[in-house]
Amino acid sequence: MESELNEEYYKKERKAEWRDKLRKEIKSKDRTNIPKIHMIEEDPLVRNKSNIEVNKGLTLELAMQESHRCLDCVSPTCIIGCPVGTNIPKFIKYLESGDILGAAKVLKENNSLPAICGRVCPQEIQCEAQCFYVKKLSGEGAAIGHLERFVADYDRENSDGTIPHLEEPNGIKMAVIGSGPAGLTVAGELAKFGYDVTVFEALHDLGGVLKYGIPEFRLPKSIVDYEINNIKKMGVKFVTNFIVGKTATIDDLKNEGFNAFFIASGAGLPNFMNIPGENFSGIQSANEFLTRVNLMNAGNDKFDTPVHSGKNVVVVGGGNTAMDSVRTAKRMGAERAIIVYRRSLEEMPARAEEIKHAIEEGIEFINLTSPVEFFANERGIVQKMRVQKMGLGEPDASGRRRPIPIEGSEYDIDVDSVVIAVGVSPNPIIQQSMPELETTKWNTIKVDENMMTSIPGLFAGGDIVRGGATVILAMGDGRKAAQGMHSFIKNKILVEA
Amino acid sequence: MFKIIEKEFLSENVARFIIEAPYIAKSRKAGHFIILRIDENGERIPLTISDASIEKGTITLIAQRVGVSSHKLCAMNAGDYILDVVGPLGKATHISNVGTVLCAGGGVGVAPLFPIVQAMKLAGNRVITVIAARNKDLVILEDKMREYSDELIIMTDDGSIGKKGLVTQGMEEVILREKINEAIVIGPAVMMKFAALTTKKHNIPTLASLNTIMVDGTGMCGACRVSVGGKTEFVCIHGPEFNAHEVNFDEMLSRLNAYKEKESENYSEYLESLEAVSV
Repeated sequence: MESELNEEYYKKERKAEWRDKLRKEIKSKDRTNIPKIHMIEEDPLVRNKSNIEVNKGLTLELAMQESHRCLDCVSPTCIIGCPVGTNIPKFIKYLESGDILGAAKVLKENNSLPAICGRVCPQEIQCEAQCFYVKKLSGEGAAIGHLERFVADYDRENSDGTIPHLEEPNGIKMAVIGSGPAGLTVAGELAKFGYDVTVFEALHDLGGVLKYGIPEFRLPKSIVDYEINNIKKMGVKFVTNFIVGKTATIDDLKNEGFNAFFIASGAGLPNFMNIPGENFSGIQSANEFLTRVNLMNAGNDKFDTPVHSGKNVVVVGGGNTAMDSVRTAKRMGAERAIIVYRRSLEEMPARAEEIKHAIEEGIEFINLTSPVEFFANERGIVQKMRVQKMGLGEPDASGRRRPIPIEGSEYDIDVDSVVIAVGVSPNPIIQQSMPELETTKWNTIKVDENMMTSIPGLFAGGDIVRGGATVILAMGDGRKAAQGMHSFIKNKILVEA
Repeated sequence: MFKIIEKEFLSENVARFIIEAPYIAKSRKAGHFIILRIDENGERIPLTISDASIEKGTITLIAQRVGVSSHKLCAMNAGDYILDVVGPLGKATHISNVGTVLCAGGGVGVAPLFPIVQAMKLAGNRVITVIAARNKDLVILEDKMREYSDELIIMTDDGSIGKKGLVTQGMEEVILREKINEAIVIGPAVMMKFAALTTKKHNIPTLASLNTIMVDGTGMCGACRVSVGGKTEFVCIHGPEFNAHEVNFDEMLSRLNAYKEKESENYSEYLESLEAVSV
């Protein structure tokens, strides 16, 4: 996940006169004495009853204060932590100099979705974890994510949505399969190279997991639409209701003149636990629950799609998707919205911020506990969930301590509905339609260092290659794949010439 | 946007639509289904493709009025546009020449059965079709079925057309009379349950095409999951056809009723709102 650090390039940029001057305005020692800012958040007891965004963003004053903390290091290790290699000190220093739109341009050099990344990236384990403050001063890293969001939001609200420089159109048709973060990134990058790009999306709406998965209170849909619109302005075409492998095959699209393909069909196959009673009504995957609420607007009277929620909702799992689900259930009116997780809070894979927000909003956590069976009423709707307490043993392959069932510790929890958020597997549709495409034993698609699959001209990235990962890793794949596709086409033209 | 080219009612509550969808028309095979969404506020509803024309770039869908969404759909007419249609989804029916095939359809399940009858006949099988409905007015696709079947048996609850009795009685009659190599049953879950029990008794390999609740139809949500041979399968990507003798129809029935209360409440409200408007 780490990008290479092109030290010479960053050093040269750092020596620019304006940055030199800016650095000298405040002594490093004084910079390190500035207190770290905190995100402004909506009142937990207000926000847990509505879909308003939890993080309200920074004021200009807060953003400037935080920009002063950044030391503009000689060796900007933060960039190593960024999967798309954003030039972090450069954008922060533009911000510090007061040129916020300039800062936004820097973000967009490597990242076509900065307002999204500023909201959903796990910065605390990426760029911010590599910050000088953390590495050398045992302090708190610069709030890079919050600043990224501030700059991207400012740009959205105060510019006409300038698009990056595009090469002359070359008329070469490229296909992108899936409009989630990986697909959008490839589309934007290929458009910059001058390609004629079409994105095919299976659902009726664009954005993939950004739309059906991540809830409004964490990532407003209007922001996703704004970013997609910018990619449209770059000349990228979008086709919804089109499943490559079903509506038309890759061979069909080749016949229509597409020269190379990027498969970003995502990790759309939810895992279940295979325990008794799991198929009772009212037990649903996190994908189903979130899709009904986020994509189909279930719970809003104007929309026809129903959803199971209720007074007592249990969400099984401890990842970000589990947090999104349980906080959504609370907002749908649950009196008890409970996380049941088999390890302890320390092992929980969800972002620290999501766990903190969930606790503030009144989410209950039943940790070191795992479901063993479900029971239903006479109509087959889940009513009770039997759980078993767990102890922690030696670390397993993931490095986390392995949960061990405690015999005789079972007890029952009353439930109106249950959401299963124990991970996802790769969507199988493309693989089913192309048996010759090489896959791993987990059914993810095999790719080489340029993100090319076993079939020349066919590239893949994001969760279809990684299993379930993050938005920013999918985007990192997208950047790499766009380069790979560009080289592939250049070589093809050379061979044909 | 997908244009409705033609629309007609086949019976009081069952309508047939011919819809412009050239890609789907070209890619679809017997057994495939689509998901549609009428408008911005609509649900995503799965419907089996009943027929298609590659030349005209159209697909045929048959829908029964049962709730808010299907009511809204059945109120649409030729010239109207359906906002979203995606497909073809699911695995196509495995069609081969096996000898004699018994095809049994109940109610609106006759619609998805038709392309299978057609494909089985074109593959050289002897095709015996049994279709069942409550009464004469609810029998659909009689002529089309007759065209592709070596024999067509119609069963009605009241005997107003064909023979009086259940679909299983019609099936049993054929099974006792001649050797059946394969059976296909499509209809309401209860009908499929008993049809499967009938063929199981005689050890006839049988496929059932399941019509479960779905959201995306691409494997993403798992709303459509069913137990087949004790294993959880997704109807949208592993089906819609499964070994009928292994499907847990009771579980499927229960899951089909998952939103029943909410749905009938919404439907009554919707019907009331229609009346209020017409007054």
